[in-house]
Amino acid sequence: MAESQPARVTFYNDPRLRGIFYQMLLLVVVLWLGYEFVINARDNLRAARIATGLAFLDYTAGFSINQTLIPYSEADTYGRVFLVGLLNTLLVAVIGIVLTTILGFIIGISRLSSNWLLQRIAGAYVELIRNLPLLFQILFWYLAVLGALPGPRQSISIFGEVFINNRGLFVPRPIFASGAELVLATFMVGIVLSLAIRAWARRRQEATGQQFPVFWTAVGLVVGLPLVASAATGFPISFEAPVLRGFNFAGGVRVIPEFVALLVALVTYTAAFIAEIVRAGLLAVPRGQTEAAYSLGLRPGLALRLVIIPQALRVIIPPLTSQYLNLTKNSSLAVAIGYPDLFAVFAGTVLNQTGQAIEIIAITMAVYLAISLATSLLMNWYNSRMALVER
Amino acid sequence: MTDEAANLTLAREQVAGPLKPPAAATGAIAWVRRNLLSGWLNIVLTLLSLYLIWLVVPPLLRFLIIDAVWSGTSRDDCLPEKVGVVGACWPFIKAKFSQLVYGFYPADQYWRVNLTFALGGALLVPLLIPQIPYKTQNAVLFFGVFPVVAFFLLVGGVFGLPHVETRVWGGLLVTLVVAVTGIVVSLPLGIMLALGRRSRLPIIRTLSVTFIEFWRGVPLITVLFFATYMLPLFLPANWTIDALLRALVGVALFSAAYMAEVVRGGLQAIPKGQYEGAMALGLGYWRMMGLVVLPQALKLVIPGIVNTFIGLFKDTTLVMIVAIFDFLGQLRAAFADPNWSTPVTLFTGFAFAGLVYFFFCFGMSRYSLFVERRLSTERR
Repeated sequence: MAESQPARVTFYNDPRLRGIFYQMLLLVVVLWLGYEFVINARDNLRAARIATGLAFLDYTAGFSINQTLIPYSEADTYGRVFLVGLLNTLLVAVIGIVLTTILGFIIGISRLSSNWLLQRIAGAYVELIRNLPLLFQILFWYLAVLGALPGPRQSISIFGEVFINNRGLFVPRPIFASGAELVLATFMVGIVLSLAIRAWARRRQEATGQQFPVFWTAVGLVVGLPLVASAATGFPISFEAPVLRGFNFAGGVRVIPEFVALLVALVTYTAAFIAEIVRAGLLAVPRGQTEAAYSLGLRPGLALRLVIIPQALRVIIPPLTSQYLNLTKNSSLAVAIGYPDLFAVFAGTVLNQTGQAIEIIAITMAVYLAISLATSLLMNWYNSRMALVER
Repeated sequence: MTDEAANLTLAREQVAGPLKPPAAATGAIAWVRRNLLSGWLNIVLTLLSLYLIWLVVPPLLRFLIIDAVWSGTSRDDCLPEKVGVVGACWPFIKAKFSQLVYGFYPADQYWRVNLTFALGGALLVPLLIPQIPYKTQNAVLFFGVFPVVAFFLLVGGVFGLPHVETRVWGGLLVTLVVAVTGIVVSLPLGIMLALGRRSRLPIIRTLSVTFIEFWRGVPLITVLFFATYMLPLFLPANWTIDALLRALVGVALFSAAYMAEVVRGGLQAIPKGQYEGAMALGLGYWRMMGLVVLPQALKLVIPGIVNTFIGLFKDTTLVMIVAIFDFLGQLRAAFADPNWSTPVTLFTGFAFAGLVYFFFCFGMSRYSLFVERRLSTERR
C-alpha cells in the first residue's frame, strides 16, 4: 500500500478537465459575439448603403487644414489628410516630450531642493496640476489665456523678433541660400564625429585610464564646424523676422494658437507627473551611495553623474515611458479645440464626411497602438541597456 | 635638550576668555538661515521663489476675492466700463449654477437628483471612515443597491416618477454618474481581468492580455468614438442604446483595463506561500482568491486603485467631445450666453470649475494617503 495513487475524482471535478471546459465555453462565447458583430455590421452597412473597404482613401477631401507640414490642398485625397494629421500628431508629441522632460526634471529636482520655499512651490504646482482634468486645462489655455491676448496691432513682442497675439505665435523663418547644404552637412558630420570620439575615448579610458575632454570636443565639432563652413560660404542661412503689415503679420512662421494651447497644456500637465517620477527615482537611491562616492574622492558633480543618476534612471525610465505614451495619447484631445491632429481631421472631419466609421476608427486605433508599441519597444531597449547587470 | 624646547609649555597659564556663542541652531531665525539663506545659490532661489509668489498670489487673490463682484443680476454688473473693477464675476456662476449641476433636468424634478446625491453621500461617508462598523453591509449597499436605486430615481418611469431622458441630463450630475458607474463597474471587472491575466489557462490568459493591452494602447477618446459611432453598427438594427449608456460602457471598459494592471501588481506582490497555504487548507480557486489572496493584494494597492479613480474622474470630462454635456461641457455652453459675455466670464467660469474638480481629486488623493499611512502603521 506504499504506492501513492492519484486521488480518484469524478470527471466533472477534475481541475484539468474543468479548465478546458471553461476555456472552451469562453472561446465559444467570444467567437459567437464576434460572429454576431460581423453579421450585424454587414446587415447594418447594407441597410445604410455604406460601401466597406479602403477605397475612400483615394477620394478628394475638399476641406482645408490650417496647419500642414507637407503640401496639402483641398483637391488632395483623404489618404493625404491622414498623413497630414499623423504628422501633426507626431509634431506635437515629439516637441511635447522634449519640453515636458526638461520641465518635469526641473520641478522634480526642485521638490527635493534644500530651499524650503522652492520645494513648497514645486509641491503646490504638482498638486494643482495633477488634480485638474487635462481637457479643462487645454480649454483654459485656449479659451481663457490665448483668447485674452491682444490683436495683431497690440502684439506682445519679444526682442522685436517673436510676436504673440490672438492669431498665434510669430517666429522668424530661416532662409536657406545656396551653400546652406554644406553647413547642414558639416553639422551632421560634427554629430557623427562626436559620437565616434566618445566611443573611442571610452575605450581608451577603459584600457589606459587616461581621460579625454569629450564634452568640449563635441561642442567644438557640432558648433564650430558649421560656423566655419558658414563663414566659408558667406553665411548662407539668414532669418526673416515677421513684420506687422496692415492688420496682420507678414513673413516669419506662424504657429497657430491651437498648437500653442495644446502644447502648453500637455507639457505642463505631463511635467507634473514626471516631476513625481523623478523625485521618487532620486529618493530611491540610498544615501550610502552618495556617501560612498564622496569617500572615493568624487566631487559632487561627478558623484551625481557617475553614481546617483545612473541608479535613479533605472527607477525613472519605466514609468517615464508610460508618461510619454500618455502624452502622445492625450494629444488626441486636440479635437476639443480644433488643432488638426490625426484624431481631429481623420476620426473627426473625414468620419463625418464619409461615414466610414469602422474603417476610420480601426485605422486611428491601430495608429495609436502602433505608436504605443513602438515607443515601449524603444524605451524597453534603452531600459535593458540601463538595467542592473547582475552576476 | 635645547633651550627652546625647554621653554615650551603644554598648559596655558591664563584662563581662556569665553567663546562667542554659536549661531542659533533653533528658532525662527536659524530656520530661515538654514532653509532659505544657506549659500548664495539658496539665496538666489529664495529670491526667485519670492518673485514667483508675488507674481501669482496677489493677482489671484485680488481677482477671486478683493476685486470680485459678489452680487448682481446681469452682465452690466460685471462690465469694467460700468463698474470699474475687473475681478471674478460670481453672479455669472450663481445664474448658471442649476445648469452646471443639473444640466437641463426638469426643474420640478431637481429633488430626485438631490435625493440621489444625498443617498450616495450618506452611504459613502461611513464607508470611508474606518472607525464606523458594518463595512461589508455598507459596501453591499453602496456598490450593489445604490446604483439600482439611483438608476430608477434618476431615470424614472416607475412608481409614478415621470420619465426623464438622459438627453436632458447634464452638468455635475452627468460627471458624477459617469465617475461612479466607472468606479463601480471597473473594480470588479478589473479584478476579473487581473485574475485572468495571471491564470494558468492559456486561452483565458491570452484573451485577458489582449483585452488589457488593447484598451491601454489607445486614447480614451477613440474608445468613446468607438462606443458612439461603431458600437451601434455591431448591434442588431432594432437595438437602440442610449448615448450616455454607450459612453458609460466605453469609460468602464477603459478604466477596467487600467484597474486590472493595478490589481495585477498587488497579486504579484503576494508571496507564493500564501497561495500554497490556502491550497494546503483545501480551498478551491475562488475561495483561495476571495479569502486569502485578494484581501491582501487589494490592501496593498489601495493607493494605485484610488489613483485610477482620480484618473477616471478627470477623464469623465472627455464625454463632452461625444456631445454629452458633463460639468465642463455645461460650462463651455454657459460661456456662449451673450447675456453674460464679459471679459472676466471665462476666467470666472474656469476658476469655479477648477475649484470643483480640485475639491474632488485632491480629496481622493488625500484620502488615499490617509489609508496608506494607516495601513503602514498597522504592519509596523
